[in-house]
Amino acid sequence: MANLFTGAEIIFKVLEDQNVKHIFGYPGGAVLPIYDELKNHPKIKHILVRHEQGAGHAAEGYARSSGKAGVMLVTSGPGATNAVTALTDAYMDSVPLVCITGQVPTHLIGTDAFQECDTTGITRPCTKHNWLVKDVNKLSSILHKAFEVATTGRPGPVLVDIPKDIQFKKGKYTRFKEVKKNNKKSNINFIVKDNNIENAVDLIKKSSKPILYTGGGVINSGPEATELLRELVSITGFPITSTLQGLGAYPGDDDQFLGMLGMHGTYEANNAMHDCDLMINIGARFDDRITGKLDEFSPKSKKIHIDIDPSSINKNVNVDLAIVGDVKLVLKKLILSIKEKYPNFVDSNKQGISLWWKQIEMWRKKNSLGFLNSEEVIKPQYAVQRLYELTKAQDVFITTEVGQHQMWAAQHYKFNKPNRWMTSGGLGTMGYGLPAAIGVQVANPGKLVVDIAGEASVLMTMQEMSTAVQYNLPIKIFILNNQYMGMVRQWQELLHEKNYSESYTAALPDFVKLAEAYGCVGIRASKPDELDKKISEMLSVNKPVIFDCVVDKIENCYPMIPSGKAHNQMLLGKQDEEGTISEEGKVLV
Amino acid sequence: MIKSAYSFPTKKEKIENHIIVVWVDNESGALARVIGLFSGRGYNIDSLAVAEVDKKKNISRITIATSGTLQVLQQIKLQLGKLVPVHKVADFPKNKKTLLREMALLKVVSSKVKLEKAKKLCKKYKCTILDKTEKSFVLEVSALKKEIDELVKKLQPLGLASTSRTGVVAMTKGSEIYEQH
Repeated sequence: MANLFTGAEIIFKVLEDQNVKHIFGYPGGAVLPIYDELKNHPKIKHILVRHEQGAGHAAEGYARSSGKAGVMLVTSGPGATNAVTALTDAYMDSVPLVCITGQVPTHLIGTDAFQECDTTGITRPCTKHNWLVKDVNKLSSILHKAFEVATTGRPGPVLVDIPKDIQFKKGKYTRFKEVKKNNKKSNINFIVKDNNIENAVDLIKKSSKPILYTGGGVINSGPEATELLRELVSITGFPITSTLQGLGAYPGDDDQFLGMLGMHGTYEANNAMHDCDLMINIGARFDDRITGKLDEFSPKSKKIHIDIDPSSINKNVNVDLAIVGDVKLVLKKLILSIKEKYPNFVDSNKQGISLWWKQIEMWRKKNSLGFLNSEEVIKPQYAVQRLYELTKAQDVFITTEVGQHQMWAAQHYKFNKPNRWMTSGGLGTMGYGLPAAIGVQVANPGKLVVDIAGEASVLMTMQEMSTAVQYNLPIKIFILNNQYMGMVRQWQELLHEKNYSESYTAALPDFVKLAEAYGCVGIRASKPDELDKKISEMLSVNKPVIFDCVVDKIENCYPMIPSGKAHNQMLLGKQDEEGTISEEGKVLV
Repeated sequence: MIKSAYSFPTKKEKIENHIIVVWVDNESGALARVIGLFSGRGYNIDSLAVAEVDKKKNISRITIATSGTLQVLQQIKLQLGKLVPVHKVADFPKNKKTLLREMALLKVVSSKVKLEKAKKLCKKYKCTILDKTEKSFVLEVSALKKEIDELVKKLQPLGLASTSRTGVVAMTKGSEIYEQH
């Protein structure tokens, strides 16, 4: 007879089999048997967070910076509902996450028991899949399947809900079975049709105004995909722009890189998107922050879309050529095909796209990321620039919260490697960055991890500083403190006649004292001339730091595509604001 | 008019009616996943029919009548295809190549004269009478939606007391069966 294990033992056997080193969690009644079992598994380190949302974002940061699935463990009822924001965030941004929740004992399900909620019902729309385990003998296969679903195809979160009695019951353990080859849903090796590649090469050859528009899919496809992307850019000589999530896939300081595109993207990137005759979308999803007004989105271009998720094709924008597949496999074939057909493509084609590059250089001259610096107050853009200059020699991991600071970070911090930039793009979760930084630091000990934050966002998950202190995780919380919910204030200025309704925080804590209260280090900079010194001080501390960077209160984030406008109708600064947004535009988000 | 989007849709596209057939694992929550996808993404469900069709393989067949633009219909199929318990998804066009049937149980409670009239009507629609008393009968009809609609309308003045109807089920004509694309 086979050995029998308790449900709790089976959970850890699966985690060990899946090579899980860290789990983020918070105990509670319905997961006590699992927590009891933890002591027998020294290979797995548990990070105790202060709120389940923090566990989720930490697991996300862990996953995005390491390329492995993040694992979280929370209790039933409130533990599960607190995890919902993080699960939804991971779903929107395609982050592999395995969430294990406790559930009330099977016989109490449906009786409104203490700390009972319909966890699988609540999380059904925000996970790739979820399971309620009713038979301990199925526990191991379900958990293994959960890892498979989370990490294959387009990655995403999954949830396994395990009633307390199942955690006690004894059952069989079945080992992890390799993924069956032909399972379309989980296998990343989608069949890429060769004639699609040939058609793509033809379009590339014919184009005189091409642009590569790349997204988080390149990073999710792994380091090899980023190498291939760099090769593709170099053998074509094409300009390249990136979405928020794609930053780092291509070096941010390279000449062929036009910067980020979209709502707060650069003038050159957005105009190139609008005027191009060939758009090659690699692992991006035509999000509304990217496209602006759909009807006027890149009207004259042929569009190629490479994506692993077939439902991303033609969802928002109809494309001329769809290649469904893993970015790295598609790029490999594409590069090979270009090299075979046109051995010296970059030189032979230089003439063909020279006018296009000239046009792009004209747009570049606008210097759309420029800003008026000040000697009196710290401009937030300047703060990010200084942070970049003082840290760029190191291998830095940046997380952010959501708002103006996030856009300034994306605009002014240049990334050269993938998996170094963790930000909540799809869901736009304020409070993401601090716990995400914890997860990043756990996955990358010894590396510099900075959360570029806003004072409003960071207060949403501030309690996790306590986690950082407990585990000696020297994360740096770099707060661009303007006392406003800056992006809300900016929209109110532009769209609501400067009625700053509830967007000012009147009673902020003293962040330096707050840092001290948590047992970490607080630093404040309020004048431009002391900024460098203070940043250096922050970098020299081997402890968690809260850096209160007091910045200009009313700085707006430019450039900006206003609501209801197209890519070529950008606002570059204050002087452009008056009367640009129609009454109709004001109701859009 | 006000929609949570960065821009308003300006192009009005043609709405088409389609029958989407989904083969799923017959497990708890599978139907909720399919239906939740429709409500969550704002797709329409005009009718629904579900039953287990393969006991050995534990497969249920869900038939959904839906409507939308071609782009939306394409999305519905692709989104359904991503669900873990879904094995295959088929789009049956509403044309001569597809057989469609709905079933209804109708109870008529009325006077003798009207019951006689109702019975005549039943013959025309090829109904089967399942239960009969002096004052009432229950009939079964299997037909197209349009035909059942008509029958119901005609039975109303004759004492139609209760109506129970299924969603549409569909099958392609000819020898081919639907294979995963």
